[in-house]
Amino acid sequence: MTELQNMQPQTIQPLLSLSHASKSFGPVQALSDVSIDLFPGEAHALLGENGAGKSTFVKILAGVHRREGGSLTVAGKSADFHSPGEATAAGIAIIYQEPTLFPDLSVAENVLMGRQPRAGLGRIDTRAMNARVTELLRELGVALDPSRPVRGLSIADQQLVEIAKALSLNANVLIMDEPTAALTLSETDRLFRVVRALRERGAAVLFITHRLEEVFAECQRVTVMRDGTWVSTGPISDYDTDLVVKQMVGRELGDLYPRGEMTLGEVALSVRNLSQPKMFSDISFEVRRGEIVALAGLVGAGRSEVARAIFGIDPRSGGEVRIGDAVIQPNSTRAAMSAGLGLVPEDRRQQGLVMDLSIERNANLAILNRLTGGLLMNRKAEAENAQNWTSKLQLKAHRLSDPVSSLSGGNQQKVVLAKWLSTNPSVLIVDEPTRGVDVGAKAEVHKTLAELAASGLAVLMISSDLPEVLGMADRILVMREGQLVGELSRAEANEEAVMYLATGQRAWAKQAGAA
Amino acid sequence: MNRFRSLLGGLLGWEFSLIILVGAALLIGGLLSPDFLTGSNISFLTANFSEVALMALAMTLLIIVGEIDLSVASILGLCSAVIGILFAAGVPMPLAILAAFVTGGLAGLFNGLLVTRLGLPSLAVTIGTLALYRGLAYVLLGDRAIAEFPAFYTNLGFGNVPGTLIPLPMALFAVLAILTIIVLHATPFGRSLYAIGANQIAARFAGLQVERVKLSLFVLSGLMAALASAVYTFRFASARADNASGFELSVIAAVLLGGVSIFGGRGSVVGTVAAVFLIGIINGALTILDVSNEILTIVTGLLLIGSVLVPNLLTHFRTYQQRRRIKGDSVIQ
Repeated sequence: MTELQNMQPQTIQPLLSLSHASKSFGPVQALSDVSIDLFPGEAHALLGENGAGKSTFVKILAGVHRREGGSLTVAGKSADFHSPGEATAAGIAIIYQEPTLFPDLSVAENVLMGRQPRAGLGRIDTRAMNARVTELLRELGVALDPSRPVRGLSIADQQLVEIAKALSLNANVLIMDEPTAALTLSETDRLFRVVRALRERGAAVLFITHRLEEVFAECQRVTVMRDGTWVSTGPISDYDTDLVVKQMVGRELGDLYPRGEMTLGEVALSVRNLSQPKMFSDISFEVRRGEIVALAGLVGAGRSEVARAIFGIDPRSGGEVRIGDAVIQPNSTRAAMSAGLGLVPEDRRQQGLVMDLSIERNANLAILNRLTGGLLMNRKAEAENAQNWTSKLQLKAHRLSDPVSSLSGGNQQKVVLAKWLSTNPSVLIVDEPTRGVDVGAKAEVHKTLAELAASGLAVLMISSDLPEVLGMADRILVMREGQLVGELSRAEANEEAVMYLATGQRAWAKQAGAA
Repeated sequence: MNRFRSLLGGLLGWEFSLIILVGAALLIGGLLSPDFLTGSNISFLTANFSEVALMALAMTLLIIVGEIDLSVASILGLCSAVIGILFAAGVPMPLAILAAFVTGGLAGLFNGLLVTRLGLPSLAVTIGTLALYRGLAYVLLGDRAIAEFPAFYTNLGFGNVPGTLIPLPMALFAVLAILTIIVLHATPFGRSLYAIGANQIAARFAGLQVERVKLSLFVLSGLMAALASAVYTFRFASARADNASGFELSVIAAVLLGGVSIFGGRGSVVGTVAAVFLIGIINGALTILDVSNEILTIVTGLLLIGSVLVPNLLTHFRTYQQRRRIKGDSVIQ
């Protein structure tokens, strides 16, 4: 219990108060009549599905879009931002998921960009600049060398540079747009320590995230939006996961992890002593028909590399891969595919989809040769295949000829799934199947995976989302630093056990318990 | 009919504007000179760009997958030298032509292997082989010109389809253009080219054999240059090492003006064909007006720049419009 939950919000003045704001783009009403108050010292979660209007909301606070109607008060003064600069000047800072820094300049120069301390003749006083930034980073409790270039920093570190920048601008309202989406668990943990430090200084933090467990662990208040409108605001203690999800989706979602009883079939994927220098070594496991096996571990443990080597996109130096009875030669995606393997890769935009092509072309890309009549493409077969799979997966799209880039993350992921399900696979590897996907689409992806497993598909699921791993997997394999370090049955698995194997440290388990 | 209509729908736009421009160029040419719109002149001037047209077909496919072949005109020169030197040595003409095709195919294979096996950028590789292949042509023939080819072959070069004014090379081009249209727009191979050009990583993850496809297109480009070399050699009845020097610019200008994106993933054969005609007709009109060769080169250069600039501007404009249209959806994350 923090003080904030006990105190009366009405008695203290909010740092920022937006009331009854609307925004439309042409005929599209992106936001209508939304209000929010941010109080000093609070972490406030803004929740909603993709398309709920969160980004528009943030852009209004950031001065990117102008609100229509309503009022905005910042630190007691009425405000109306015409540009991002005005929002910054009023003490509002936005930390985006992927920071936009100058990669070749130093950390310190990025933090104090345009405000570098000067020495004689207009030169930048590097020593004073580094000292100032070292001080800022210390306040945040972060060890980063201010003189090193930003290039090569992890996304997590780059976010901290942005936060230090916000701090140097005396920002007291920080808005973080899905800050943890690309972070490892330890990085997330460090980010939340920084957030706590900011709150103790009296700043307000507005969090936009899809990860509900983070909300319940770190936030004091919650605002839920749906379809561009405000749904509810209240202290976190008034909410639980089911309620939040119900409010976000606007209907009963059913089970987020609909994993039922499984019936095991024969071995569909068998991996023996798979190795690749500097990536992973001696990886052996089996996945049976009807089974969902999770490959858990920290980011960088080598899980995706194993998946890509099995699929033949990346090389492997040793070991054997069998799909059914077929032994798959290294570097042969073709052979793996014709033996019945599919791979839904981790990076949807780069690896999973050709963003410029239409939904239909993407859905058909893996089976072009089967959609022919003689030598030529059969337009009818193309349309039917795309239509068939996208409707089975309940894809929400206007027309299948629209570019796949016009879809939301969850619907894009459904197109990738459609592409692989049309190959009629016996083994499907899914790498981070619900990353950046909103909770409604997430439940649908899980339901699809569970149904596919029930119909005899062997699923290998790589995921950094622990609740997903625990909720969906029949067995959990854990990798650490390129090694398979353990296996947990569904009965044995819990967050601590997985994290202990993934990190090799008991200490983490304590933090995880606290977080 | 539906298939036809959807095919047509995809092509209209830039391609359609080009076709209108071709008509306009013909009309203006006709107004400028009474000799311009005569059957024999049109026949002559279309024959005049048949080599560029042939090479532009393969180049269209290459640029759609995001690669380029700047060495095509040099391959043409090399193949022409091969035909000349073998014929002069007494080799029967069909064998000499076959040797030219082998040479062209190998030259394309070499380009393709450097690009796909060593991962070198095709722009750099084919600038290198542009010099290399032309150099080899000079090694074979020096400054000599081999002429005196049998009339049967030279007739193939500048003859017409019997009973018409359609030059034989253009008839060949028409057949190959239709084949290319079918391959690009109606086969699995054609579908894969767009995917590879737009995002080769995702194409690889979908099981497409990106390297093999690219390699085959480089070989195709070499083979088309060899075919163009036979046409050129017989049309001018002359095999010289400097044959078709500088043609690569016209070929690339035609493809880009045709609306193929230099970044890959976008374009059509119809656009290329229309652009080939447009450039050829403009050149022909200027020639008939006795405009000097220097000016012709300047015009080709300007068309090349324009062909990159205009579609680019159009794309920007379209994305801008699209953004305005879907702004509402896309900003709400």
